[in-house]
Amino acid sequence: MRWLRDRSKLQLAAAAAAALAVLVLLPLFIGVYQTQLLTYGLIAAIAALGFNLLLGYTGLLSFGHSAFFGIGAYSVAFLARDAGIRSMELFILVGLPISALLSALFGYICVRHTRIFFGILTLALSQVLYSLAYKLFWVTGGSDGLRVPRPTLLAGLVSFSGSGSYQRFVDAYYYYVLAMFAVCVVVMWVIVHSPFGKSLQAIRDNEVRAAFLGLRISRFRWVAFLISGTFTSLAGILWVPLNGLTTPEVLYWPFSGEIVFTALLGGFRNFSGPIIGGIVFTYLKTYAVATTEYWQLLLGVVLVLLILVLPTGIVGAVSKLVDKLKAKGKP
Amino acid sequence: MTVLLQTVDLRKQFGETKACDGVNFVVQKGEFLSLVGSNGAGKTSLVNLISAHLQPDSGQILFGGKDITFMTVSERIKVGIARSFQIVNLFDGLSVFDNVSLSVFSRDGKAAKITSLAEHDDDVRRETLEVLGQFGLREKTAVLAGGLAQGERKLLDVAVAYALRPKLLFLDEPTSGVSTHEKAQIMDTVSSVVRAGTVTAVVIEHDMDVVFRYSDRIVMMHEGAFLADGTPEQIKANKDVANILLGASLSD
Repeated sequence: MRWLRDRSKLQLAAAAAAALAVLVLLPLFIGVYQTQLLTYGLIAAIAALGFNLLLGYTGLLSFGHSAFFGIGAYSVAFLARDAGIRSMELFILVGLPISALLSALFGYICVRHTRIFFGILTLALSQVLYSLAYKLFWVTGGSDGLRVPRPTLLAGLVSFSGSGSYQRFVDAYYYYVLAMFAVCVVVMWVIVHSPFGKSLQAIRDNEVRAAFLGLRISRFRWVAFLISGTFTSLAGILWVPLNGLTTPEVLYWPFSGEIVFTALLGGFRNFSGPIIGGIVFTYLKTYAVATTEYWQLLLGVVLVLLILVLPTGIVGAVSKLVDKLKAKGKP
Repeated sequence: MTVLLQTVDLRKQFGETKACDGVNFVVQKGEFLSLVGSNGAGKTSLVNLISAHLQPDSGQILFGGKDITFMTVSERIKVGIARSFQIVNLFDGLSVFDNVSLSVFSRDGKAAKITSLAEHDDDVRRETLEVLGQFGLREKTAVLAGGLAQGERKLLDVAVAYALRPKLLFLDEPTSGVSTHEKAQIMDTVSSVVRAGTVTAVVIEHDMDVVFRYSDRIVMMHEGAFLADGTPEQIKANKDVANILLGASLSD
């Protein structure tokens, strides 16, 4: 395989394999709470990975990605309550097409505009969903939300009941989410390195020139939006069984802000930026909430510092540092 | 010679300004034509109209005998019209290789492929490297377009348009903003590639030394209309052209 003869690609594959090995082994050394936190981190990483296809690769800043996370979460809640479904695979198989359909619809409306107009449209549409979830309480449970029972995994082969079931669920579910995360990373990697992904980057860099290559800009943006929304919905689908409850808060605009924050924190110009951002943000927020009642202030200060000191995010800053060290090491 | 492009009484007005005032422009297949004129003469507007960057107020555009007046940008690219821009227009966040390969992907209808890596398409890779070699950019394949020197950016800008393998290529000031030495290098490369590829080229250019040296035919525009049309020798001998080039008005 030509791919394996390429040294940089080989290094990348080795780094990815090492990271995966660490993630596989980590639950053996950490407690159930930390495992649960790491699961939330991986889910946030999937959401940010989807979000960043729009921001980092297409140049469109969505302020409404909470909508897709919420669509995923509420799809699972409705399937569990109204169809009596308990299988995680069915949640995914039914939830994803619903999410894709709604992402396609939202995208069709939003991609006709760019810059601030795009951002405001996405924000407005997510707020419409938030209002519906909040007001239609006889359908959505209103502010109380909807409870989601613990699902079965692997077509019902793994179920959780009896004593110690919570710990068993957290452990098993971690590996389930890790597998989904690994698939998402590979799929997104292929997308952004495909001709389609390169076309998106061209549109991001220079829309006029891209049009003069014959690329149909709106169509590319629409497909990117659809994929982005579906990825973030998958994160919502995976999140709700672990949380056990979904409320309108996951559709509210501050949650969209958190997804933006996540991408900025990790670095939206790097493929791995949103992944790191998702995991770091989960820990940051959890510990900030646990440490002080002014946790929002703390996160706000982090955001300001991030933009002023590390505009390229954690991954961008580390890459720059590595490049500098490499340059110094050269004769 | 065969007529490749023809405009019939093409008009475009911006407020009181007539950018194209009933232009009847003919481009013969295989020629290297220069479009000259002072700033505001209507050269770029004419190219914008032909490439669908602007819509005409009235008139007709025929390409290979077919009416393309109401075709979209992508449809005109499909029939064989490509262009570069006055200000270098590249994808700065992509590598030199990706800039050119995207043209090849787009031309071959593969730009929307999503399930395989771009670098694994051997045909596209081969053709991209060939084009980059022709434009002297083979050593720069991995460099980001944003990191190139101005002369290289100009060449890449033309290479991106050329890789679409158009029948008619419009180059809007391919040597603006570069040194005199680089101008010759760029024009040598561009003219040899274009002629070898049997592409018909229309170049907008201000440097008359460049124009006289490389053109088969020169068309001069003034205030949205054609003032002169001929071989370099005929244009050199034209007094109206000399007046305009020296900055004097026709009424002087």
